[in-house]
Amino acid sequence: MTLPPLRGHVGLRAEAGRGPSREVVPARVTGTALDLSISLILLQDGVVNAAIYALLALAMVLLFTVTRVIFVPIGEFVSFGALTLAALEAGHMPGTAWLLVLFGLAAAVATLWAERRNLTTRIWLKTLGETIVLPAAIVGLVLLLAPLKPPQAVQVALALLMTAPLGLYMYATVYRPIAEASVLVLLIVSVALHIALVGLGLVFFGAEGSRTTALSEASLALGDLVVSGQALSVLAVTAALIAGLYLFFERTLIGKALQATAVNRLGARLVGISPAFSGRFAFGLAALIGTLGGILISPLTTVYYDTGFIIGLKGFVAAIIGGLVSYPIAAAAAILVGVIESFASFFASELKEVIVFMIIVPILLIRSRGALVLEDEE
Amino acid sequence: MSRAVSIPALVALLAAIALPLVPGVPTYWITVASYIGFSGIVALGIVVLTGVAGVVSFGQAMFVGFGAYTTAILTTRYGWPAFATLPVAILITGTLAWGIGAITLRLKGHYLPVATIAWNISFFYLTGGLDFFRRFDGISGIPPIAIGDFTFTSGGASFYYLTLAIVALLVVLTANLLDSRVGRAIRALRGGVLAAESFGIDTGRARILAFVYAAVLASISGWLYAHFQRAINPSPFSINASIDYLLMAVAGGIGQIGGALLGSGIVTIVREKLQDVLPHLIGTQGNFEAIVFGFVLILIFQFAPEGLMPYLRRLGGRLSRAVSPERPVVAAPPPARLPPERGTEVLGVADLRKTFGGLVAVDDIGFTVRAGEIVGLIGPNGAGKSTTFNLVTGVMPASAGEVRFLGQPVQGWLSRRIARLGLARTFQHVKLVHGMSVIDNVVIGAHLDGHAGAIQGALRLDRAEEERLFARARAAIARVGLSEYEQTIATELALGQQRLVEIARALAADPVMILLDEPAAGLRHAEKTALADLLRDLRESGIAVLLVEHDMDFVMGLTDRLVVMNFGSELAQGRPAEIQRNPAVLEAYLGSAA
Repeated sequence: MTLPPLRGHVGLRAEAGRGPSREVVPARVTGTALDLSISLILLQDGVVNAAIYALLALAMVLLFTVTRVIFVPIGEFVSFGALTLAALEAGHMPGTAWLLVLFGLAAAVATLWAERRNLTTRIWLKTLGETIVLPAAIVGLVLLLAPLKPPQAVQVALALLMTAPLGLYMYATVYRPIAEASVLVLLIVSVALHIALVGLGLVFFGAEGSRTTALSEASLALGDLVVSGQALSVLAVTAALIAGLYLFFERTLIGKALQATAVNRLGARLVGISPAFSGRFAFGLAALIGTLGGILISPLTTVYYDTGFIIGLKGFVAAIIGGLVSYPIAAAAAILVGVIESFASFFASELKEVIVFMIIVPILLIRSRGALVLEDEE
Repeated sequence: MSRAVSIPALVALLAAIALPLVPGVPTYWITVASYIGFSGIVALGIVVLTGVAGVVSFGQAMFVGFGAYTTAILTTRYGWPAFATLPVAILITGTLAWGIGAITLRLKGHYLPVATIAWNISFFYLTGGLDFFRRFDGISGIPPIAIGDFTFTSGGASFYYLTLAIVALLVVLTANLLDSRVGRAIRALRGGVLAAESFGIDTGRARILAFVYAAVLASISGWLYAHFQRAINPSPFSINASIDYLLMAVAGGIGQIGGALLGSGIVTIVREKLQDVLPHLIGTQGNFEAIVFGFVLILIFQFAPEGLMPYLRRLGGRLSRAVSPERPVVAAPPPARLPPERGTEVLGVADLRKTFGGLVAVDDIGFTVRAGEIVGLIGPNGAGKSTTFNLVTGVMPASAGEVRFLGQPVQGWLSRRIARLGLARTFQHVKLVHGMSVIDNVVIGAHLDGHAGAIQGALRLDRAEEERLFARARAAIARVGLSEYEQTIATELALGQQRLVEIARALAADPVMILLDEPAAGLRHAEKTALADLLRDLRESGIAVLLVEHDMDFVMGLTDRLVVMNFGSELAQGRPAEIQRNPAVLEAYLGSAA
């Protein structure tokens, strides 16, 4: 008899060669002993991936400190960002457009429901403007520009514009109503949102993977090592973003307000920093960084609708190593993760993921050492 | 936690037995029902692990995989019969879960679920990457379960009945376990680790036990699943499957046994129907049920975080109300230990010091409490009284100094070890287990008087001991005058009564000494008088009492001696009458007379 298709989960991508990181380099060096030039290639590879993990780690630390949300769906922003850019490059209308409209509608309903007791004209206009008019305008712009195959910079801008606002709508729909719930509940909800988004990703982007053209075709020879322009642009963008975030947190009022919320939520509230504002801002920023990560990785590897999850988790491993609070440790840990992954793919490519995810265990043990749980949580 | 035998449970069981007998029921539904059983077993484990012990795991599918791969490898490669592999699967999973738990469960808060995600993903890639597990192709050709010549055929009624029998057995075992000494220790995890530890419960062990139990249930489910499918590969044991199991338990109602089965039933059936219907509605192929499930889980947490079971309970009314079973009333057992002779030193504290960074919270405090004596520890807010309590009871280690209990140095001991010597306490902020009856809360105090382990509890071999513990608890409740509330949910009582429940819990430990942290706060006048009488009564029986209290009338009328603290150091010691005249004490409390 044929059994019904029970337990038909959206499995993790498993087929050979569909790993989220670059398969080109290990394939080229298979069967070779590890020498200096291969080490350098692996190192370069690791550092480039690490830069993207670092971006995601920073976004997660930012979001966790401000809202206590462990943002598992950041991986979907990576996938969606990359696939949106790929669609634009091919001259198609990206599926993100419909996602944007859908989530905008959901956010409109959720926001109006939350504000149902004080619905002034101003709130009506503001909500509808942000959640209905804005997505419509973006979709209109893309409809206008996409068939013209605009230059790459415009395509990147459009991809960011279409994907990042999803973060705002997710906050309004999913997280804001339970903003005061425990970290665990927020985590379970994050995981649920991730599951739903992967399903939506399959619907709107299809099962096919895509790869975009490199941001830069230039290359730089340093002795034996050839550094690709793409690698340099990834590192440059990451460095610029980290510097920008640093300036933002240290030099601007909004940055200081977010920092204040991270240090003491109640205290920040008492001095007039609205938690809803901080939450929205943090979600928007995290979504923007996630999308950017996707755009940066899209020329390096073939991205599928569910590739982002594993990439996001690696950023997450780094964030966890930093205790979800330390930016510098998280960034350093991301480099560690990237380099270990790169070398693991050379020595034991099948067990690469196992090795990467098991790094977390000793680190967590060290972090928890001596912290005997005697006082009650929550 | 309700006992397994209730009317709705019986009705559900009968309906499940009758399902294949109804003429015209397609095999398809028998298969679906078998799947509900498989996931129900995993969800049952999650109820114990997450609903009762409060540990969230995103890795249960990995343990299902342990069971499935164990039997797949043993049957296909070594020719073992299916039934022989079940004990091995349980043993391997139990051992691995214990090891993983020992590493992982020390992690605090949200790190723990994160670590389970890492374990599960690693397992997925490990089975997918190693030839030993036949990589992503998986292992096929797994034989069916057979006894002699009889074969349990997949999809047939026989396999369904086998699954049903195992589910029923596990439900009964789980209900028994939760209603035993070990079960109460696991349930006490949610009422506060601090309180549980102070009555001798090794909370780390209780957490690991819940973790291992849930893992073993998952591996039994995996064993069934492997012999049902006859072929396995890594994907049903991925992180996504783990999340599905969590969804089932949460949807049904994570605190209740029935919720596990209800949740797995609803989720499995809804998924089946969605897989049929949604592609037709939408017109394309896709994983629509994943989208729906994700959003349903989000909605559950926004609108019904307790799951569906509480709604059904309300509909069912009194039929299935969670009450502790009535127990036969037996006479109170003799005390577990004889009090030391009146006047001997029970607690001796010398040069006790605690610093937090540069702050000296307790500054070289020293005092003694003797058997048959009530000593009061008083002082303004922030004087260091609670810190002193915590140092004496082993909640936090002292920076310097000595604590002797019955002549034995105990500084540096964990509170559960000190509790073994006969020290019991109450808490300033009442720490009772939510949703548990008064008697079940109080019997936690008698934890150290029992010895039954998890297996004895699950198999009901602990009845004689349980009777003794409950008799002790009942006597303690009678002593504080709450007998009529024995079956009431403790946290639904008034605050004053909850304090009395805490005192009863301390008395159930049959202590040599009791430490009371503000016992009179929240009590009405008549209750205070009754409490004072009770404490005098305890003093008469030779128990040593140390209390922190702000109600001066209460303290002055009751205590034999007072220790006054201010800014961490000792201000005065002496009889109440002397203390009332002590100028330094008056200044500390009332400010300078000048």
